[in-house]
Amino acid sequence: METISTDVVIIGAGGAGLRAAIALAETDPTLRIALISKVYPMRSHTCAAEGGAAGVIKPDDSFDMHFDDTVGGGDWLSDQDCVEYFIHEAPKELLQLEHWGCPWNREADGSVAVRPFGGMKKKRTWFAADKSGFHILHTLFQTSLQFPSITRYDEYYALDLLVDGGRCQGVTAMEMRSGELRQFHAKAVIIAGGGAGRMFPFSTNGAIKTGDGMAMAYRAGAPLKDMEFVQYHPTGLPNTGSLLTEACRGEGGILVNKHGRRYLADYGMGPETPVGQPQLKTMELGPRDRVSQAYWHELQKGNTVTTQWGECVLLDMRHLGEKKINERLPLVRELAEAYLGVDIVKEAVPIRPVVHYMMGGISTNTAAATPLPGLFAAGECACVSLNGANRLGSNSLVELLVFGRRAALSAIEHVQGLPAPNAAALNARAEETRQRISELFSRSDGTESMSGLRKEMMDTMEKNVGIYRTEEGLQEGVNKIHELRQRYRRVILTDKTKVFNTDLFQVLELGSMLDCAEAVTVGALARKESRGAHQRLDYVERDDKNYLCHTMVYHQGLDVPRVDYLDVVITKSPPGVRDYSGDHK
Amino acid sequence: MKERTVQLEVLRYNPDTDTEAHFQRYEVVCQEEWVVLDALNKVKADIDPTLNYRWSCHMAVCGSCGMMINGEPKLSCHAFLRDYEGVIRVEPLAHFPIERDLVTAPDDFMEKLKRVKPYVIPKEKKPISEGEYKQTPAQLMKFRQYSMCINCMLCYAACPQYGLTPKFIGPAALTLAHRYNLDSRDGGRKERQEVVATHEGVWECTFVGACSEVCPAHVDPASALQQMKITSSIDWIVEHLIPGGKS
Repeated sequence: METISTDVVIIGAGGAGLRAAIALAETDPTLRIALISKVYPMRSHTCAAEGGAAGVIKPDDSFDMHFDDTVGGGDWLSDQDCVEYFIHEAPKELLQLEHWGCPWNREADGSVAVRPFGGMKKKRTWFAADKSGFHILHTLFQTSLQFPSITRYDEYYALDLLVDGGRCQGVTAMEMRSGELRQFHAKAVIIAGGGAGRMFPFSTNGAIKTGDGMAMAYRAGAPLKDMEFVQYHPTGLPNTGSLLTEACRGEGGILVNKHGRRYLADYGMGPETPVGQPQLKTMELGPRDRVSQAYWHELQKGNTVTTQWGECVLLDMRHLGEKKINERLPLVRELAEAYLGVDIVKEAVPIRPVVHYMMGGISTNTAAATPLPGLFAAGECACVSLNGANRLGSNSLVELLVFGRRAALSAIEHVQGLPAPNAAALNARAEETRQRISELFSRSDGTESMSGLRKEMMDTMEKNVGIYRTEEGLQEGVNKIHELRQRYRRVILTDKTKVFNTDLFQVLELGSMLDCAEAVTVGALARKESRGAHQRLDYVERDDKNYLCHTMVYHQGLDVPRVDYLDVVITKSPPGVRDYSGDHK
Repeated sequence: MKERTVQLEVLRYNPDTDTEAHFQRYEVVCQEEWVVLDALNKVKADIDPTLNYRWSCHMAVCGSCGMMINGEPKLSCHAFLRDYEGVIRVEPLAHFPIERDLVTAPDDFMEKLKRVKPYVIPKEKKPISEGEYKQTPAQLMKFRQYSMCINCMLCYAACPQYGLTPKFIGPAALTLAHRYNLDSRDGGRKERQEVVATHEGVWECTFVGACSEVCPAHVDPASALQQMKITSSIDWIVEHLIPGGKS
């Protein structure tokens, strides 16, 4: 197996991975950087983010307000030292992107424009029409091209972390084009591999979001934190699951049920605000968890609209007018028109909640360090405990930047004075990867089809681990996912050839998703309270006495994982009431 | 929802086992509102796990799933079955070497993208602490359209000139150079001209306009290239015909 020696390996070349790479290259140009991704960087799912990125910039805003919105939005499960660091770094990172050429929308005087977003008390979401993630990703990727110390390994599928002497010192990967295995030896590894939303059947996530980075760290002994908190975005297209950004509501779109009622007023987010005059932090600008949960209640009451794509509610943007829609929401208009045949200028568009984002991930601290020395993580794959139990829209694009950079700075600190890796020991670890892959190719007693297992996993997650959860359903989910993990040992690899074998990658991705799905279900079963995106019909209240803590899930091979807890860091905001009733109360 | 049986004729090639490419026919039961990618995904999941292609976002923004569909470069996630009758022929993007099946090697494009320096080369450097560079909405609109390129490479597959002259830098990369040249924050045009205003650059373009026709992001690379030819000509006139014009 060929060995590539480098200083820092980054796994994942989306927003967080690219930001980390640039920070490494700028801070210490002598470091050798290997940037590995299973896709070309511009295919990374950061490109699909639409609405924008939050950072305090306007004179009427304040860091304290961004802090309060984030902590309250997260139902007090955020680590407040982390939030504090984040809100101060956010505007600097967004300005840095501006200097790198990101085409942010502007005010008439040439300053950066901001738009309202759910759960935010002030307008602080920077945006580039409704293609903000796309522009952030391409700005970062294009900027990264000028640094000679960044060596990209595009379309390399990362397999296993190499750990020796209690330190993470590299990774094995397969060059997809040739099917050849490679090992990367390094002094530090940064995982920026994205989320795992594809474990659910109905998701805004692209096909690549299979939790490989999370699973890789988890198998190597790093805990996954708060995995039970899965965000449903309230407004997805009912057939493809494509995201219609929260900016639809930020710009003034309203949600109505089959009676034409703006039902959010019935779920603690009222009273109604005038149509076309959205007010911050209330009604349609409530937080995602509450808005998605309101849909579920409307469904139980029979207030939803029956469409050929299933039960929906309506997102009505007609009153915004064609000019504003074209200027601010062009992608939304295109998506609804192309995939649903609905012109949002003329009709309300049917939508329903759709799995969008994992608040949980590889446990990291504010320095983006995992408990495994030498391993750092950033972006959706990490749980730095910024988002708590429910992420506010437009905080995650900034999270990529702030903690991508932070992971790089921490990695630089870590590599100082470290000896070169013990190549023999790492070779032995890498050999385990080779055997794992070779066993898959030579397996003759396979009985399980990849797509069959995948479907069972997705159906289980949707049925048992959705917006509202119960003991019975979660226990069934835990049992089923555990069973699927056992059956996965007999999965059949149909394609035994080497070049760009996507059958192989889908089998491996399924393994990643099953590991992540088990952490989600086990965490959800153990958390006997309702908080943010984790809602239990049998434990309807938040329980700060017993559960003001992070769920830490540890991989135990084929056994059921071990669950532990870690206290939430509270610095100045004791748990309080989440109030989205507007100023009318 | 209405169903429809679709015949796909898909190009297959595996360098491990095949001496040459061939077509394979699949019959797939589809929903009428599906796109070609949905049909391929159904083949992959239920009929033939050995079929290979790239895809991710299913919303025409990641640029992974470009392929030739009935001879036209398309994003398969944006090629609606309702627009096709009879057998649908699916082939890898033209003008790029095939890695396997519908997967092509984009190395040439990636290299060209880098050559045009698609990043801000600041006109004047200033620290982050001094805030943003002011840019009016009008200044933004000058280049915004050209910043929409998703690097899907459909324009390369459509460009007859790139097919004939592979050294041509091509529509998407040149358009990105133009995007930065037009950005009020940028001062790097001169550096880019060394690559752009050459016979591998804009002068290779014969203005067929196929790039703009197939662009799924409405970037209109053809207009960018024409604008670049005009500004490059003005450069030449200033340099050669106006006394003292060479600065």
